[in-house]
Amino acid sequence: MTAALTALPRRSFVRTGGIVAALARIAFAAAIAYRSQFIVWILATNTPLVMLALWSSVAREAPFGHFGERAFVAYFLLTLIVRLLTGTWVVWEMNLEIKDGTLSQRLLRPVHPFLVYAVDNLAGIPLRVLVSLPVAVVVVATVARAELTSDPLMWLAAPFAVLGAWLISFSAMLAIGSLGLFWESSIALWDLWFSFYFVFSGYLFPLELFPRWLLRWVAVSPFPYTLSFPVETMLGMTSRADVLSGLAKQYAYGVGFLVLALWLWRRGLVRYAAYGG
Amino acid sequence: MPRYLRLLGIQLRTSLLLAMQYRLEFFLDGVMSVFWTASALVPLLVLFGARTSVAGWTWPEALLVVAAFTTLKGVLDGAIQPSLGNVVEHVRKGTLDFLLLKPVDAQFMVSTSRFEPWRGSDMWLGLLLFAWGFHAMGRTPTLGGVAAAGALLVAAVAILYSISILVISLAFFVVKVDNLIYLFISVYDAARWPASIFRGALAFVFTFVVPLAVMTTFPARALLGRLSTLEWAGAMVGAAVFSWLARRVWVRSIGHYTSAGG
Repeated sequence: MTAALTALPRRSFVRTGGIVAALARIAFAAAIAYRSQFIVWILATNTPLVMLALWSSVAREAPFGHFGERAFVAYFLLTLIVRLLTGTWVVWEMNLEIKDGTLSQRLLRPVHPFLVYAVDNLAGIPLRVLVSLPVAVVVVATVARAELTSDPLMWLAAPFAVLGAWLISFSAMLAIGSLGLFWESSIALWDLWFSFYFVFSGYLFPLELFPRWLLRWVAVSPFPYTLSFPVETMLGMTSRADVLSGLAKQYAYGVGFLVLALWLWRRGLVRYAAYGG
Repeated sequence: MPRYLRLLGIQLRTSLLLAMQYRLEFFLDGVMSVFWTASALVPLLVLFGARTSVAGWTWPEALLVVAAFTTLKGVLDGAIQPSLGNVVEHVRKGTLDFLLLKPVDAQFMVSTSRFEPWRGSDMWLGLLLFAWGFHAMGRTPTLGGVAAAGALLVAAVAILYSISILVISLAFFVVKVDNLIYLFISVYDAARWPASIFRGALAFVFTFVVPLAVMTTFPARALLGRLSTLEWAGAMVGAAVFSWLARRVWVRSIGHYTSAGG
């Protein structure tokens, strides 16, 4: 009896693992099949390059704050890489599926839809890494020695910071997507989030350039942790202690949003009527 | 011609009636427009907070470029994108058949099929930014400057429209093009900066391939009285050629239409 009880969770764990592996295979195949869409998305992620051209030409006249021309090049190329690795669009997918009722098919599956969404998203990573590689090569070839950090601890922290950035964006998207079960215009909230992200994540310029009083408020918000935190870690712009406390805050936000999303999802499903939300 | 005007009136009225149903959307879109316009200004504020001039542009002058950008964005979001976005869907489902059967020009029908007046609120914000820019400069534009800039903005709308037509013409050849429109909009985003800030290859691309410089920087320079007649005429001719080209491509592409899925 007791043996059966202890075996049960382990078996279901193994089963979930199998399901995830199968889902990942399907999602990877889908990512390959729809590669043209993916390429368009990559081409559309051109803001960091435009900003690079802009700020580095400004810095050519004279350094801007701490940033010289090369520092801007390093900053925006890393921004591009982090953005390529962590970008998600699950909120649009959820919104569409709730509106046209195809969400019902997901609900019939014996896994949590959030897990499926996450696997879908993460299965694209090989492709994302593939397109990020040339950018990384450019970074290493041009500005690496002068601008990147040489502290091994920073490089150890960097992958976790990138993963944390993904976790925050993805969970926030899940939370806003779940709101779609209550409110048909929930996508407007995403627009709002994105407009804040645009300005306060370091996507358009290094946050350091903000006036100090504003920076204090920005640092409390989740937005820097979705982009500028991993970038600044790799550039060695933060101290060791700040990186560790930054990681803690980052994962607190990520898990917080995930819990919120799960709660909203459970409450929302009760109201879900398979068509039109 | 009067027939087409009447048709345009009818199309506008249906769009307006449709839009009236979504009053909350109106409110949300209005709020979002203000947010986006404000967030677009933040990098400029940061830049001009530390510099008095960048690539020959002062803060109020750069504001005029943002104003042109925002006005055109309003036209793009409110008039061009909603109707042309529909075409992609029509082609995929094959419902374009119903439009083609009508005894009017198909391009006219698809281009006027949907207006989203609420999304056009950027237009008014853009005009406000023009006023702010001139207020900050402490002067008023000349009448000639306003006329020249107005004509350039009309030309810019023609260019935006032509690019969109070129993009959706692709829908007859490849299935998934809705994100190509998204791609174009992301490129258009760079138009909020005075073109002279960009150098090298990017400057070439933004003048001749995707004529962003012509669309937003030229009107601002015209208002400031810094645009030569030659440049003005070149932009107008360029827009006319572009529109003609888009029309040719559309006519060729629609010949490829075989109902549902391409």
